[in-house]
Amino acid sequence: MQKIGVFVCWCGSNIAATVDVAAVVEALKKQPGVVYATDYQYMCSASGQNLIKDAIKEYGLTGVVVCSCSPRMHEATFRKTVQAAGLNPYMLEIANIREQCSWIHKDIKEGTEKAIILGAAAIAKVQLNAPLYSQTSPVVKRALVIGGGIAGIQTALDIADAGFEVDIVEKKPTIGGKMSQLDKTFPTLDCAACILTPKMVDAGAHEKINLYTYCEVEKVEGFVGNFSVTIKQKPRYIDATKCTGCGACVEKCPSKKTPNEFNMGLDNRTAIYIPFAQAVPKLAVIDKDACIHFKNGKCGLCVRTCEAGAINYDQTEEFITREYGAIVVATGFNQIKPTNFDEYLYNQSKDVVTSLEFERIMNAAGPTKGHLVRPSNGKQPKNIVFVQCVGSRGTSCRDKSYCSKICCMYTAKHAMLVKDHHPEIDVTVFYIDVRTPGKNFDEFYRRAVEQYGVHYIKGMVGKVEEADGTLKVQASDLLDNRQILMDADMVVLAAAIEPDPTARSIATMLTASMDTNDFFTEAHAKLRPVESPTAGIFLSGVCQGPKDIPETVAQASAAAAKVIGLLAKDHLLCNACVAHSDETLCNGCSQCANVCAYGAITYEDRLVMDKGVRETRRVAVVNEAICQGCGACTVTCPSGAMDLRGFANNQIMAEVDAICK
Amino acid sequence: MREIKELLVQKINELLDNGTVDRVAGWKAGEFCYDAAPAVFTKENIDELLYNGFCGANQSKFLVNAATTENRILALLKPCDTYSYNQLVKEHRVDPSRVYALGIPCTGMVDVNKIKALGITGITGIEEDGENLKIATIYGDASCKKCDVLLERCMVCKGKNHVAGDEMLIPDEEAPETPSCADRMAEVARLEAMTEEERFNFWREQLSKCIRCNACRNACPACTCRTCVFDNAKSGLAAKVNNTDFEENMFHIIRAFHVAGRCTDCGECSRVCPQNIPLHLLNRKFIKDINEFYGEFQAGADTTTKGPLTSFTKEDCEPSIVMERGE
Repeated sequence: MQKIGVFVCWCGSNIAATVDVAAVVEALKKQPGVVYATDYQYMCSASGQNLIKDAIKEYGLTGVVVCSCSPRMHEATFRKTVQAAGLNPYMLEIANIREQCSWIHKDIKEGTEKAIILGAAAIAKVQLNAPLYSQTSPVVKRALVIGGGIAGIQTALDIADAGFEVDIVEKKPTIGGKMSQLDKTFPTLDCAACILTPKMVDAGAHEKINLYTYCEVEKVEGFVGNFSVTIKQKPRYIDATKCTGCGACVEKCPSKKTPNEFNMGLDNRTAIYIPFAQAVPKLAVIDKDACIHFKNGKCGLCVRTCEAGAINYDQTEEFITREYGAIVVATGFNQIKPTNFDEYLYNQSKDVVTSLEFERIMNAAGPTKGHLVRPSNGKQPKNIVFVQCVGSRGTSCRDKSYCSKICCMYTAKHAMLVKDHHPEIDVTVFYIDVRTPGKNFDEFYRRAVEQYGVHYIKGMVGKVEEADGTLKVQASDLLDNRQILMDADMVVLAAAIEPDPTARSIATMLTASMDTNDFFTEAHAKLRPVESPTAGIFLSGVCQGPKDIPETVAQASAAAAKVIGLLAKDHLLCNACVAHSDETLCNGCSQCANVCAYGAITYEDRLVMDKGVRETRRVAVVNEAICQGCGACTVTCPSGAMDLRGFANNQIMAEVDAICK
Repeated sequence: MREIKELLVQKINELLDNGTVDRVAGWKAGEFCYDAAPAVFTKENIDELLYNGFCGANQSKFLVNAATTENRILALLKPCDTYSYNQLVKEHRVDPSRVYALGIPCTGMVDVNKIKALGITGITGIEEDGENLKIATIYGDASCKKCDVLLERCMVCKGKNHVAGDEMLIPDEEAPETPSCADRMAEVARLEAMTEEERFNFWREQLSKCIRCNACRNACPACTCRTCVFDNAKSGLAAKVNNTDFEENMFHIIRAFHVAGRCTDCGECSRVCPQNIPLHLLNRKFIKDINEFYGEFQAGADTTTKGPLTSFTKEDCEPSIVMERGE
């Protein structure tokens, strides 16, 4: 029998306000094996930890139970504490009497009763604990960044500058992401291309960075330090080693009717195309669906035009498998198409555009060469209405519940840019709230109102109608308590942003968790904001939640710092709580190997002595360096041959027994 | 059936004589003609081999212990037996290189209890006669409709096609068909429609008949653990189960969980139950749920596909949906 010490933490008033800690100590003292029990205000403090260390020495404790917060919070802390006092760190058990008890109970009597039960379960478990020892696994010193927008680029540059190799996988033919489509950036109004292009070029030219553009992540295996990722290279039908990006093929291509994604479909592009002038890598790509050659086998103008001989219609998908120590998710966002917001007439009127479409209209490299004109007739608008929060902060099923965060600021930017070019245009912004937290953000917004004379009206637009070639906007002014009916030549919708649709399948491949909006969840909302709860997976940019460029870049560098910290290690200490198989019970049925997400289980023919018979049997063998201790195999094994160290079947049964007593 | 038996005997003798196999796993009559049970034959006693409407027993499970020698054993597999056979091969419990699997046709096996329930006793033989059965008894000949007395498994027959086998006695396309005469999921749907209390009472009543003879476990082709958790003192499970006032509940429910996703719905558990507990309904409920959550799946249809409960795909339905439906 173990000699067990029980340490009940008050956590200030977090626990002590709803749990009678003294009563818990008294009750747990009576549990079998308990030789010492006490309570303390903050067990995780230095003096609290010393209390544990002293008791281990004084009472010769062989097992320790700490009744405190979640093991996710302080299990590592207390493992170090008991280890410092000479115990094996796995002789510690945590009873979570905070998250699972004091925080969810209001009644002290109930809370105390439950805390005693949870403590008793941990005591029953620690009775069956055995010292465990970790193995180590080597770290592959290369990182993968999924997504080549500003987030992915910044993360990759920082990791590469620290001396580690980085691969960027980008599904589009070029890196650059959404930022490359922007005109100017708030709050300084510098041109997006001017500040992004150098970074794209740096990423393309960096000796430690390898770009996999027009590629997708196909499969992810392995675990922190040792991921194995299969990347699908989609066929460009262009030999990347020969193409010089001269664009001669683009000029000759007779298929010119494909909506240009880069310009939000406001103009058309050819079947063979270079996404935009600053694309990195600057390579042409053939859109197979639009290409005449792929339709009828004819044409071939690009082949005849290309002096480098780079066109290759026979390219097929290729799969590349590489090893990585860390993976950064930087999958970014899209603006929703407000097609089911009929009241704004987005589907019917060309003059109703989203803000990203407006961004392209304003851009010198955009479909109108930067001339602010109405898409319907090419004439300059006399008045423009901006509508905020389209699809954000809503409660209906077509809305996002969250604030898209960037719209207030880019709308102020748009309004200002319009006024800057054409002071005669009347600009009105309808808003619910104007949110401008951020350095120099409120000053920026106030400039729009005070210096540029943009009309800000608190209230939402209820309806947009088209009559006599103009738009009639119906809205309410909540501050003046009146209805407004005004003419507008253009209406710009600040449509909500949402995570890229590929994010969910990537999350599944990475076993990284997501919230209900498909944003990646961080390991801790406040203390570990750039790490996923899945070890070795890091988050960069809007994939984690709406962000503007400064925040994205800050988070991208933070993620890079975490990756560098991981890759700087030569070895990682493996989880000691790993599975193992009892070869006399093993049926060799392979079900455990089937469920193992890490490929940690193999089968061997072994000579087994069972019930007096010696025979060769096919039995499961666990590679302890690969096993992550998830326990899927133990619950799958019908004979109970598979068991998990530290969470053994008999330990769990003992806990259940203690709870049900 | 008579012609099939003749063909079968001819084929068995050929395989024994040419040395392909040295033993045959088949059926042997017991005290009564309808007591056909699995048995292993050699050249010497092959005359005792039986193959008639009472040979419902699934042969595949017995290969786990019988197919362990250098010389191959001949397994006589009815179409539905081949599903269990495949499942055992998939789980490495039967080594197919030690088996010569002969697919034999089947026209539906009968449940002797159903015949007896019709008032026909003293049975001495059985013969097919179109949609009817001619039953010889010590009181003279009797007859009944075949559909009324088929084993539950045969009423929802998986079809005449074998999904495994080194050789077919006759090609599947030429084989006779067992017409399916019941809806496989009707009983499960009836249980699902019950209130929780009704369903609880239904199973309490049924399972209270259990005498823990372990026949279901011993006949089940999915229950092939070297040491069953219920026989393993170290697992603590048997002691725990005995501790409740209703150990049979736990035994059958745990067994159903252990075979979930692997059960081919062969119905042996119910067929062998001396207390006539409809145990197959537990498994069939799992099968129905698995089909609905993860797409149609037939355990043992091949030897390679991962089971729906031991594989993860991006198309899997979300756990929240399973949770919601599970309530």
